[in-house]
This record gives sequence, structure tokens and C-alpha cells, in this order.
Amino acid sequence: MSKPKAGFYWCASCGGCEESVVDLAEDLIAVVAAIDFAFFPCAMDFKREDVEAMKDGEMAVCFINGAVRSSEQFEMVELLRKKSQLIIAYGSCAHMGGIPGLANLYDLESLLKRVYSETESTDNPSGTRPLPQTTVPGGKLTLPTLDESVKSLDQVIPVDYYIPGCPPPTPLLKAAVEAVLSGKLPPKGSVLAPDHALCKECPRIDSKPEDLLIKEFKRPHEIQIDTEKCLLAQGLMCLGSGTRAGCAAVCIKGNMPCTGCMGPVSRVRDHGGAMMGAISSLLEYTEEDQIVAALDSVVDPVGTFYRYGVPASMMFRKHKAPAIGGH
Amino acid sequence: MSNLSLPQTAAGNDGFEPRIVAFFCNWCTYTASDLAGISRMTYAPNTRVIRVMCSGRIEPQLILAALRKGADGVLIGGCHPGDCHYQVGNYKCLRRFKLLKRYFEQMGIEPERVRLEWIAASEGDKVQKVTNEMVEQVRKLGPLNLAEPPKPHHQAAVCAVAAEGAVS
Repeated sequence: MSKPKAGFYWCASCGGCEESVVDLAEDLIAVVAAIDFAFFPCAMDFKREDVEAMKDGEMAVCFINGAVRSSEQFEMVELLRKKSQLIIAYGSCAHMGGIPGLANLYDLESLLKRVYSETESTDNPSGTRPLPQTTVPGGKLTLPTLDESVKSLDQVIPVDYYIPGCPPPTPLLKAAVEAVLSGKLPPKGSVLAPDHALCKECPRIDSKPEDLLIKEFKRPHEIQIDTEKCLLAQGLMCLGSGTRAGCAAVCIKGNMPCTGCMGPVSRVRDHGGAMMGAISSLLEYTEEDQIVAALDSVVDPVGTFYRYGVPASMMFRKHKAPAIGGH
Repeated sequence: MSNLSLPQTAAGNDGFEPRIVAFFCNWCTYTASDLAGISRMTYAPNTRVIRVMCSGRIEPQLILAALRKGADGVLIGGCHPGDCHYQVGNYKCLRRFKLLKRYFEQMGIEPERVRLEWIAASEGDKVQKVTNEMVEQVRKLGPLNLAEPPKPHHQAAVCAVAAEGAVS
């Protein structure tokens, strides 16, 4: 019997998700013994034509990481959806939009203007921009176009499972591969990670005060961080109370607060909304001006509470007031 | 996602009638709106009042869900500081509200679309005044018209239930 085929593709991502595959270390040998990589552009020389030549559903599973924005990414994920029995959104960007999703705070034109004309290191007096099509002496060259917004994978194609994390913890990948091979999979749409908050498995949980009150929010570079004490109790924006566990608290163990890359637990719809509510209510002040002053130390609410999930949030992107209506 | 239906009333500017979701706390503001009703005070019919036990129950997700599902503005009413039936619920609401407003500024949503007021059980007239002001405020801002996000495929069933529960 031939081995089941698998794919591993990247869209708008940094390559960290591929690193997490390499982090399987010795286990990678067992994975390669059990499955055939039929498509893995980062590591192996397969081309789009090879995927197009496959029968529909030929791959048992395809892991896709990265957010989706360019026309090439739209085409590729639709193609991979056709050729795969299971699609697994791999990593924060495919799961919720990720860091690239913060681009949804800007409109496309202002992003292009900034990158191709305004940055301090740009030298582009003629204002040249990449064109979808250019004719050169050798023939016609094409480039993908960009969508107005960054999207999570499930906003483009149906997704069967999610593996969260930036990058996903290797044990979750290993468990997912085993589940796919054995066919012991949870209901479709599940996030393949524990469904409780990080606090539950935090090594510092015993130092979390019963009545946690915060005077002032701090950023990691502003204080000498105690290596034993609950980070939230130190005034750091630790999102562990509303973020899914499964990461073995690696950031906490590295003395840094949780930034929420694993996404929310299943009871939460809007991760940032839930975290804004949970953390701001811990302020110890009752006077309005004191509250406002303390909240001034939160310099970037979206970047703090929605760092990995603007596209998957209820607002999806920065609102553009409609041209008509209003006064 | 279905929008909140609005009965056809006398159309205002450009025919726009603001849709306001009002979260009133059981002990003070909801009682005040009852008082306004039995005192036969009239005020703008644009609010859909949702009674909650405490303004401390109002978390950002509920406000976001209201706007996402078609509200043009959200009004929250709670007990005056020091009067909360649960002692500190209104303070929690105030802290969340102040942070949420900063979030709205970043997201391009006018912070004036959300308003928090302390209204005691005896202040039926304040319900009338605040509701009327809020409706006029949002009428000036115009419809919110949030762009519909792409529908997620295969979103975990449990999440969908939680989101529905959040506004029902």
C-alpha cells in the first residue's frame, strides 16, 4: 500500500511554521516514513504543475500556513483545497490572520504608498510600483495582485482543522499527524489543541493573587521582571487568562508575558474583546480620570489585544466610513 | 448575519433611523426606563433595550456583536458610582468602556457611537433625555455600515453558539 500523501504550503508567512516542522527533529524520520510529502515548496522541488496534475483529493492532508492576501495565494489555496481531503490551517496567520493581519488597520493604497515612496530607506523618485503585468523585450511578465484586506485561511476556503500558535508547538503537529494517520480526529472545525486557558497550566499560577488589582500597565522593557511572580500581577499585559493552552508556557518560562498567539478558547468569539474586558477590569481605580490615566499606558490596544487576530475578529478590518450618509 | 429590523417610523435626515442597542442594568437603569414608561414620558423609539443584571456584565464582545449585527450605536446604563447592587460592577464596566473607546479610535469607528450613563432607578427623565440625545448623536454620525467580513468556513461549532448566545 502506498503511503498517504501530504502537502505543506505557505502563504503570507515568515517561515517560522516550516521551522516548527524541522523542530520535530528525530520524529521527522517517523513522519517521513509514514507519509509522502507530495508538495512542500519550502523544502522540496515540487511545482504548481505537479499539484495541478494530481487527482482531486489525492493528498490525504495539506497543512497551509500564512494569511491570504495575494491573487497567487487565493489560487493556490483553492487548488490545494481541491486536491486535499483535509485542510489544516497551520499557525496563527492561517488560523486568525496573524501578524500580517495587522495590515487590516490600513487601506491598501496607503500601505503601497508607504512602502514604495515614503520609507526612510526608499529611493524611488519616479514612484515605480509593481505592476500586475509588464511587457519587456523577452515577453510578458506578471505579478500577483493584492486584495484590499488580509484574510485568515477559513475566510477563503473551507478549513477542516486548525493548529494554532506562532509557530505551532511541535507536539501539536506530531499529535495532528498521528490523528490524521489513525483517523481518530475530533469533529470538523476543531482547534487541535487543549481547550482551556494558559493560566491553568502556567508554572506561576500559585503566585496569582486571589484579588488581582493593577495600578499601572507596564511593557516588558520598562521593568525588571520578577522571574517567579505572576506576570499579570506585575502589571504586564499577559493574555494567558483568555488564550488557549498547548504551548507549554514557553514565553512565561522565558520570563515574557503571553501575547495570545494560540488564539482564544472555544467559548470566546472575539479574543481581543474578551481580553480587553478581562484585563481593564482589573484596574484598581474607581475615579474616571485615574482610569483614563492608567489606560494611557496601553499605547496600542489593537496591537496588544489583537496582535494575531484582526482578520478573524468581529471587526475584521479598520472601518472605512461610507462615502454616502452621515453629515 | 441578520440585521436588527426597525419598525417604519417617521424618517429623519436622509430617511436614516439610527438603530441603538441599549444594555440597561436590572437594578437601576432598567427600573428607570420602566418608570419613564409608567410616567408616560415619550422618547425616541430607536432603542432595543436588553436587560442585564449588572452593567458589569457588559463586556466588549457584546458591544462589538451589537455593532457587527447592525446596530449604529450602543448605549449602556448602570447604577451611579457607589450604588452598584453588586458593589463594583459599574466600575468594571467603566474601565472596559474607556479601553474599548480607544480601540474604536484605532479601528476607525467613532467613539461617540457608544455611550455609558449612570441612571438611578428614580431617574426616568434621564432615560428620556439620554436616549433622545444618543439617537440624535448617532443620527448626525450616520449609519455605521460595517463592511461584511468574509464568512468563515467551518468555524468551530462551539464558537458559533457562543457568538449567538452573546446577543440573544
